[in-house]
Amino acid sequence: MDGSAILARLRGRLGARVLDTHEHRGDHTAIIAPEGILDALRFCRDDAELGFDLLMDLTAVDYLRYPGREDGPRFDVVYHLYSVGHNHRVRLKVQVEQDAATVPSATSLWPIANWLEREVWDMFGIRFDGHPDLRRLLLYEEFVGHPLRKDYPIDRRQPLIGPHV
Amino acid sequence: MAERTGRELFLGQGPGAEAGSQNLFVNMGPAHPAMHGIIRIFAELDGETVVKADVEIGYLHRAFEKDCEAGPYNNAIPYTDRLNYVSPLINNFAYASAVEKLLGIDVTERCKYIRVIMSEISRICDHLTCVGASAMELGAFTVFLYMIKAREFLWELVEDVTGARLTISYGRVGGVKADLPDAFGIKVRKAFAETRQVLSEVHTLITGNRIFMDRMVGVGALSAQDSIAWGITGPLLRAAGVPFDVRRVQPYWAYDRVDFEVVLGKNGDNFDRYLVRMGEMEQSMRMVEQALERMPAGAINVDFEGREIPVDAYVDRGKQGKTEGLLLLPIALSPNLQGQGRDAQSRVNVHDKTVVLPPKETAYGSIEGLMNHFMLVMDGYGIRPPAGEAYFAAEGANGELGFYVVSDGGDRPYRVRCRPPCLPPVAALPRMIEGQMVADIIPTFGSVNMIGGELDR
Amino acid sequence: MGVGTFFTSKLDEALGWARKFSIFQYPFVTACCGMEYMATACSHYDVDRFGAGLPRFSPRQADVLFVVGTISHKIAPVLRRIYDQMCEPKWVVAFGVCTCTGGFYNNYATVQGIDTIIPVDVYIPGCPPRPESVIDGLMKLQDKIAAGAQRY
Repeated sequence: MDGSAILARLRGRLGARVLDTHEHRGDHTAIIAPEGILDALRFCRDDAELGFDLLMDLTAVDYLRYPGREDGPRFDVVYHLYSVGHNHRVRLKVQVEQDAATVPSATSLWPIANWLEREVWDMFGIRFDGHPDLRRLLLYEEFVGHPLRKDYPIDRRQPLIGPHV
Repeated sequence: MAERTGRELFLGQGPGAEAGSQNLFVNMGPAHPAMHGIIRIFAELDGETVVKADVEIGYLHRAFEKDCEAGPYNNAIPYTDRLNYVSPLINNFAYASAVEKLLGIDVTERCKYIRVIMSEISRICDHLTCVGASAMELGAFTVFLYMIKAREFLWELVEDVTGARLTISYGRVGGVKADLPDAFGIKVRKAFAETRQVLSEVHTLITGNRIFMDRMVGVGALSAQDSIAWGITGPLLRAAGVPFDVRRVQPYWAYDRVDFEVVLGKNGDNFDRYLVRMGEMEQSMRMVEQALERMPAGAINVDFEGREIPVDAYVDRGKQGKTEGLLLLPIALSPNLQGQGRDAQSRVNVHDKTVVLPPKETAYGSIEGLMNHFMLVMDGYGIRPPAGEAYFAAEGANGELGFYVVSDGGDRPYRVRCRPPCLPPVAALPRMIEGQMVADIIPTFGSVNMIGGELDR
Repeated sequence: MGVGTFFTSKLDEALGWARKFSIFQYPFVTACCGMEYMATACSHYDVDRFGAGLPRFSPRQADVLFVVGTISHKIAPVLRRIYDQMCEPKWVVAFGVCTCTGGFYNNYATVQGIDTIIPVDVYIPGCPPRPESVIDGLMKLQDKIAAGAQRY
């Protein structure tokens, strides 16, 4: 299916909850409202025409220092979807405020979302509602802070942790 | 997991210490010989059977994504080398292609063929390491030695082209560092003859071997539907029978101009994954040979606006591929920088100050030259993609390697995200080993080919 | 110097010679340097001719700890534990620039040199070091072993 047809089908199903769609350098993106994201993902996965059965990537971007988005929502949670049967891709995005940084979890739809969401929690501090086991993935429990946020300096030192079980 | 302390567990006291058998909690800790990287598998065992397992990763987290935000676009190339460090060329080129997609430029034909050739050689090295290490863990030490021997021949090829064996930093945004050397075709033929011989010896040794098959067939299987739900791509998905190969379904570089088969398995168990990897090595060699024949001559690099930089504009002999005898040239260092090729530079260099570094005499001898050099190096060679984002997917050795680059219009990347192909299989590892025996963890984990640099980034 | 000292020093020399040609390494392999470690240990560059060809995968049975590859803060306590579990006499080789000084990973996640955690005998820089560098480092380690066991 053509990228713009995918976006049109999404708009047709979700209506006003699709805040924006655009195409840049061949990638088709849809920005979805936070309350509609789980429906959108479920529709993408279960619809026969779209058939996005593979969650390729789930990540986030911190727009704190981005020119033009200093006042806007701070984070974007980005979902890259791929359909093995139809061989097409789409990108869905949700904009998340800094103060209420929670997004519904996609673990019920794709089991791989479990680890990908843990990594987003670890690196950005965005919580996922309904995640069975939200703990750090790449860093250790005693680590303070969420490193991929723009206000975390790259060479901040953490205290050394001792040997433990 | 258990609520009682370690001491209670050891002494058989505390909650749950009733008579009868209890499950044993075993920690295959981060430092373990059969783990290819550092990873922790915490397993609950009932005798020899794994009842439940929990995998803990992150022991090699080196802040790749944060480091890439620090410098201009080309500075991220050495960091990408160290992602999947057994096939570093694929990472380099995939990242460079993501930035090129963001810039909206296309590289030259010759560069595309070079990228295909070097990627496939890297893929062969990765599969050799994976199969060799798995075989060693099952006791077939000879197979490991043979495959590392073959890998040495391939690394000599890589060293000829890029200058280094492992962390090569060969890709650049807009092309590659240098052209292929002169007698490359002959060297490739020799190296591949050795590799093919090693592969046939390995087939004789283990493919029909009773012990190998007993340990690998039916072990660690994951069905096609489960694999897709877990986001698994690459050889593990193809071993389950799904013909998803990014090089075939969404071709990039020159993959639509070389013929190759997509090797498929049936059951998705360890043995099929082994066969898929062995088959893919042969296909990669086919691709390299075809690409060498079909490769056009011509320019290999483009600048940030997509204009080709002609080959004779490179003063450096090495960048034109004339590397024969370079090591044997007598080096005469001139204390006052005369003889740095200033005449040669002005004759053959592209007359574009915004792209090419000035000759050393000018850079050290005049203010304009120094400023020119400074602006180019400190301002990232003019690579300023317009604000936006792009996702580029390449077929890495373990599956789809994706780079998602966000640009804010400046000369530093705003966000670089690497989609690691080995994260989904490791996340699905508990699913693969639950119900199997402890000894089955070893071949299963070997066939997953977890590379720490890529998994933990 | 009496007869007793002559025999002791000859004994020390013999012990040193025996120890340096029977190195049981514990390769604590984490990252890319592990590939070069594999290449050095295998047939092309062959570290077995120095008597160092048998890695012992348990710290209790090893005497040289090869720390190969980047050490992050998460794995640092494990490294310390492994070092503590080894018996005297023991030596440590920092293989690769990430273990010497942290490499080019000057960030929140990387230990800036393992000598902040454990004492190091030989530093082999390189990213990754070529097998020839590794063999050079190994020979320097052998000189150090032959000169006598460490007393801390």
